Amino acid sequence: MIRYVATKLWQSALTLALATVVVFIGVRMLPGDPALAMAGEDASPAQLEAMREQLGLNASMPVQFLTFLGNLLRGDLGTSTRTGTPVAELIATTLPVTLWLSAYAIVVAVVVGILFGVIAERFRGRWPEWFTNGFALIGLSVPNFWLGILAILYLAVTLGWFPASGYVDVLSDPLRGLYYLTLPAVILGTSLAAVIMRQTRASMIETMSTDYVRTAKAKGLSGGRVLMRYGLRNSLIVVVTIVGLQLGGLISGAVVTERIFALPGFGKLTLDAVFTRDYPVIEAVVLVITLSYIVINLSVDILYSVINPRIRIGGSN
Amino acid sequence: MATTELRPRTEVDADKGAGLGSGRGRLWRSLRGNKLGMTGGVLLAIVVLLAVFAPLIAPYGPAEVHFATPFQKPGTVGFLLGTDDLGRDIFSRMLFGMRASLEVGALCVLLSVVVGAPLGLLAGYWKWLDAIISRLTDVTLAFPFLIIAVGLAAISGPSLQNAAIALGIAHIPTMIRVVRGETLRIKESDFVLGAKTMDASGLRIVFTHVLPNAASAIIVQATVIMPVAVIGEALLSFLGLGIQPPTPSLGIMLSDAQQYMFRSPTAAIIPGLGIAAICLAFNLFGDALRDAFDPTASSRK
Repeated sequence: MIRYVATKLWQSALTLALATVVVFIGVRMLPGDPALAMAGEDASPAQLEAMREQLGLNASMPVQFLTFLGNLLRGDLGTSTRTGTPVAELIATTLPVTLWLSAYAIVVAVVVGILFGVIAERFRGRWPEWFTNGFALIGLSVPNFWLGILAILYLAVTLGWFPASGYVDVLSDPLRGLYYLTLPAVILGTSLAAVIMRQTRASMIETMSTDYVRTAKAKGLSGGRVLMRYGLRNSLIVVVTIVGLQLGGLISGAVVTERIFALPGFGKLTLDAVFTRDYPVIEAVVLVITLSYIVINLSVDILYSVINPRIRIGGSN
Repeated sequence: MATTELRPRTEVDADKGAGLGSGRGRLWRSLRGNKLGMTGGVLLAIVVLLAVFAPLIAPYGPAEVHFATPFQKPGTVGFLLGTDDLGRDIFSRMLFGMRASLEVGALCVLLSVVVGAPLGLLAGYWKWLDAIISRLTDVTLAFPFLIIAVGLAAISGPSLQNAAIALGIAHIPTMIRVVRGETLRIKESDFVLGAKTMDASGLRIVFTHVLPNAASAIIVQATVIMPVAVIGEALLSFLGLGIQPPTPSLGIMLSDAQQYMFRSPTAAIIPGLGIAAICLAFNLFGDALRDAFDPTASSRK
């Protein structure tokens, strides 16, 4: 187990280092002169040169990279060229919105996905299975931003059950905050729920037909206990893997969900930065998303080793 | 040449205990017996035909405006599915939008196969390459496709090509993993061992023995990628990072329609149905294809 975690840590560190290099090079490939953007179009050549010096653009590439790393480690992400606000501050205000939204969506997806997966396995060949299979197929085939538009049209405006847009800070007013996030979270979680449902069903079918489950049943263990102890435990391993694999899709989905429901989150920050060519913000946003993606995947791998006895006991794989 | 390709395939069939007739005949029988899969296949054929012949079928140009008749309801004479805020025919726009969706989807699949499959074969067959390729795969996976698209759009502006490239890059890692897994499995089979004892070179084994047997997995993975890419294109265009107006895209139609969705809800509903139809067709047909290729791992029993 320790060897497994150590391998994963080392691999993540390597991925992280390579990803940082990719972002650094990528930003330097962007068109336009950052010094010109900062100093303004009508700056004199001398002013431009001073700005270049100030931004460290005259240094060699390796030196620039080290400065970039140093600033990064000190938490200095630069300032937005559009608003003049420190980028770290922008991220601190927008990131919580997206984190709440994503966490809520994952909870919804896991609960619905596992529940429907179990139902599909328990009622094979009967209408509940058809219903849950249909749900999964639609969840995978329908774009969630379209579902979002339909939800605003019918659930929010026509029926008035949910607010159509807006955000209330979850920490200062948890009930209202979660109420405002419910519709976006359900929409964001739909396709994830569909994937989880399919995998849960497949893994349940496999587990429930194994010899040890038959033995457990023969020994008189109740159906419910067999389900909890063997079926769900095994499908949990699958679910953790799926959530890790689908994280990229979830992040992309969060950006578009925020756009539809007008949430002031990280996605809005990203899109605004791209359309106004706010390079320091783009750089920071890409880095933050990449870092969190790697960190979360590492946690998923470690969690995986905790709940999967085959890895826990068997060592590295 | 044909015999060297066929031999390994029949051996795999025999392994699974399904040596009934030729591989292709069994495939077709299995597909034909799968009602949902056939529905998907028919839907797929309709969608592809509509998209390919869009210029012949569409009654109007996709960007042709009729300022006198905006916000027509579906079923209006002359406008089958109604018109949008500028009086553009939604039916014509949808046909061209589906064409763009399939174009991006196909480009994305092509990119992931052309780059991903060879890398997967190499990683699966040679252990020392595996370490390098797996690390590169991890780095690529660390960037969600939207971030790759954001980067490409920032560097060279948003476009259909950039959307397809971003989606393609994002799907190369999964293709590599699938092909790598298949290669690891096929590498251990008797016919590969046989070829090795006959002193066949590694590259020869990989391309004449492993690749034909990994083909079914590659095809199935392509049908998995396609609907995800179609939704991805719509998402990028919806956000303004993909196809640019006046070229019609289902995503742009949706984002336009969102502005006036309370006045004309059908304009927002119809493009979504178009996306769903394409994805449903690929998902249904892909599932059936997977079952047909691998009868032991049936998803419907």
